[in-house]
Amino acid sequence: MAHEGLFQELKVVVGEEYVVHAPEDLVVFEYDGSVDKALPLAVVLPATTEQVSGVVKIARSHGVPIVPRGAGTGLSGGAIAAKGGIVVALTRMTRILEIDPVNRLAVVEPGVVNLELSMATAKYGLFFAPDPSSQKACTIGGNVAENSGGPHCLAYGVTTNHVLGMEVVLADGSVAWVGGRTRETPGYDLRGILIGSEGTLAITTKAVVRLVKLPEAVKTLLAIYPRLNDASAAVSDIIASGIVPAAIEMMDDLAIQAAEAAVHAGYPADAGAVLLVEVDGLKESVEVESALVEEVCRRHNPMEIRTAEDAAQRERLWAGRKGALGALGRLAPNYYLIDGTIPRTKLVEVMARIKEISAEAGLPIANVLHAGDGNLHPCILFDERKPGDTERTLEIGGRILKLCVDVGGVLTGEHGIGVEKQEYMPFMFTEDDMASMARLKLAFATDDAFNPGKVFPKGASCVDISQMKAVARAGAGAFV
Amino acid sequence: MTTVEKAITQPGQATPAIPLFSGPDAPEERDLYKCVHCGFCLQACPTYLETGLETESPRGRIALMKAVNEGRLGLTPTVFRHWDLCIQCRACENVCPSGVPYGRLIEATIAQVEPHRKLTWMQRRMADFMLNSALPYQNRLTAMMGAMRLYQQSGLQRLVRKARLLKLGPKGLVEMERSLPALPDSFFAAQGQLVHSIGTPRARVALLSGCLMPLFHGPAMRTVTRVLSRNGCDVSVPAGQVCCGAIHTHIGDLEKARAMARRNIDVFTASRVDAVVVASAGCGIRMKEYGHLLRNDPAYAEKAEQFSAMVKDIHEYLVALPFVPPQGRLDYKVTYQDSCHLSHTQRITAQPRTLLRSIPGLTFVEMENSTRCCGAGGTYTITQREFSLRLLDRKMAAVRETGADVLATANPGCVIQLQYGTQRAETPMRVKYVTELLDEAYSNEPRRPPPGQVTAEGAWDEERQEMRARWKTRSGDRRRRIRGRE
Repeated sequence: MAHEGLFQELKVVVGEEYVVHAPEDLVVFEYDGSVDKALPLAVVLPATTEQVSGVVKIARSHGVPIVPRGAGTGLSGGAIAAKGGIVVALTRMTRILEIDPVNRLAVVEPGVVNLELSMATAKYGLFFAPDPSSQKACTIGGNVAENSGGPHCLAYGVTTNHVLGMEVVLADGSVAWVGGRTRETPGYDLRGILIGSEGTLAITTKAVVRLVKLPEAVKTLLAIYPRLNDASAAVSDIIASGIVPAAIEMMDDLAIQAAEAAVHAGYPADAGAVLLVEVDGLKESVEVESALVEEVCRRHNPMEIRTAEDAAQRERLWAGRKGALGALGRLAPNYYLIDGTIPRTKLVEVMARIKEISAEAGLPIANVLHAGDGNLHPCILFDERKPGDTERTLEIGGRILKLCVDVGGVLTGEHGIGVEKQEYMPFMFTEDDMASMARLKLAFATDDAFNPGKVFPKGASCVDISQMKAVARAGAGAFV
Repeated sequence: MTTVEKAITQPGQATPAIPLFSGPDAPEERDLYKCVHCGFCLQACPTYLETGLETESPRGRIALMKAVNEGRLGLTPTVFRHWDLCIQCRACENVCPSGVPYGRLIEATIAQVEPHRKLTWMQRRMADFMLNSALPYQNRLTAMMGAMRLYQQSGLQRLVRKARLLKLGPKGLVEMERSLPALPDSFFAAQGQLVHSIGTPRARVALLSGCLMPLFHGPAMRTVTRVLSRNGCDVSVPAGQVCCGAIHTHIGDLEKARAMARRNIDVFTASRVDAVVVASAGCGIRMKEYGHLLRNDPAYAEKAEQFSAMVKDIHEYLVALPFVPPQGRLDYKVTYQDSCHLSHTQRITAQPRTLLRSIPGLTFVEMENSTRCCGAGGTYTITQREFSLRLLDRKMAAVRETGADVLATANPGCVIQLQYGTQRAETPMRVKYVTELLDEAYSNEPRRPPPGQVTAEGAWDEERQEMRARWKTRSGDRRRRIRGRE
């Protein structure tokens, strides 16, 4: 075999069992949570920073790309080997190295599962705030790479707001620290650059994360509206009233139907939209704020309002929302989940346009939204076995994202660009914008070995980067 | 399946270059393609948690099934070793947002693998003997276990162990012999017996005796009939019933499983009962899924569906009755291990706890990850010995953390495995079925329960008082007569 030498070297570093290269086994590493697929050359599962560094050095000496991977739950193809190469799966680095309840931080390895961290810190009354829907399975390393959000990032912020520093392995195999244990570090915010860089600049091997105090009280309210517009207006009004709830989630009629069929949440059959608002904080403030939220919700002609006081009731209200995506399988064999973000004030307008696009294309679209921060998740329902369905779906996806950008929004709320949206980058960024990003990438001297074929549009990136390389060689400043 | 049949089911592919799925029992595409590889199942899977390897995860196993289904991979040992490492605990099914019926998929897949296994002649003979000549015939099993009991109780076992004779046998024999539980003095058998209810009958139920549970845990089976009768049930144990077929399904012999399912359906529906009660979680789910197993059998499909709807797990049934809370005390500290085939597949987690908590004096403590598999999984303890023990040791660590003195569970496989676990961990902790504890609490009841309860309890009490009164009168008469003679 052509790469036997490479495999042998890798085995010396991580051990025989943890280098996967049998074709039968690689099949299970060709996917992540998204629709794109690509077969890697090998998968390596290092257990320590030194091993990651060793693997990077070997891969570079053989000139093969390196693709970091966590649990593989990402939705933009971030963990697939778009250009082949070695997948570095960090799922064996699962230790929580330190919990410092006084300074409210934890030091973790990248393979620690998001929810496991929150469970481990719960005994100190603390938790890790970013809570992607996949939090039961996704890893902190993946969260850092994609700058993940979640329903509660409305009040708490996304991953970058909760990571203080990281130990990373750079493209030459060297190990470096960015950021630290404090909220502010002097100099450039390299931590900020690496978080959300989708594995194209460095591999995180340790992260210092902030822990947040578990709220003293939580109150959840579910408002059912006959029309989507009423619910959208209520969302804008809640924020306008000055309250920042922990989460504001919304589902449209199609999503409600699916959720109802799956989990029997008890939503009325003719409901047009369901709004889920969660308020947390001090007991006193929760009382006042939840009353205010309820009042605002009532102003927009709800069919019904339900509130939950304890954990069990809350779980029931959330059941419909949490089960909604999975339940879409009942409406169609496939769905394509889009992740765009718009200014909240455009909610009514954009939702109406999405309905029109759906009608024009003849493909149903169910909507599940992190409405509070304008993060849309339209799900196009299709059947990949029907000729033309997939192409049409992708085309509509592009149109919806274009729409988001046109109204002043962005291409992604929390899933990243990956391979999924790389071709849409020009919707948002001019060539100059992208050239400066490419120059930044150049500064990390990855030689495009880290997660190549992602983020930048396919055609453009190679040209840009090679041009930049020429510039760098000519001695011009890499940074502009 | 014969070559002729293969040629029929696979037109034009009589001699495929690589063996693929074939026949009516192949994993169904509509089940397979429900999986959108979101990865939510990863953290629920005990083998993924142990290895961190996608190949040993539910999502990975399904990807391999898809690859075979699409002809990208063939049914080769490198592929099916990943399926074989699956314990079939079905924890993944419980967390899957898309509702992928993983249990159905892995069962169908293992059945497809079976003809392609390269087993030694001896292994084939052994498997064939157990599946076809022993398990379906309760009398043969009983005879075998009787012999085993003789081996254990006659002192022969002590002799063999002392002389280290087993070291001469194949690898792993020592370990296996050691994990064989001590057999009880009495077995339980389905002989068409009827155990009457205590007090006014509230229901009539038929009980599955099972294959190994009545032998390994004969006395525990009797506690099940006692608890049911104590709660006003007439319990029949129909003669002619056979093993539920779970083990056969587990290792891929669907045809034999179907034959046994048909037999059980006939036997259990011969007389009218309100429910078919099952005390073993693994058998319970097998019988609740007879409907799917026999879906392509025109004569039985409908009957099987109806039958499956009648099957109730013992804990589920008692709580729904509702059961009479025991008055007798048990001063134990108890923790509960959720049997996979009760919690993941039948989604029964609250009922066993309700029963335990109803016992006066009993302190209930939860262990960490009580729904994570103990590593038993039917034949898994034999076929994947090393992995099974890794899971067991991890489980025992969580159990010991609780400081409980009794570990309760709900399935014979789990009881045997956990008993072996206590042995390995060298703890004096006892492993019990939930129903055994309930029975013990009932037997500790004061003779005179509080008055005014018109339940089976009350009825029993009245009956007892009446009997006592009659006895007193009679003895009083006798005494008077004696005195009269003086």
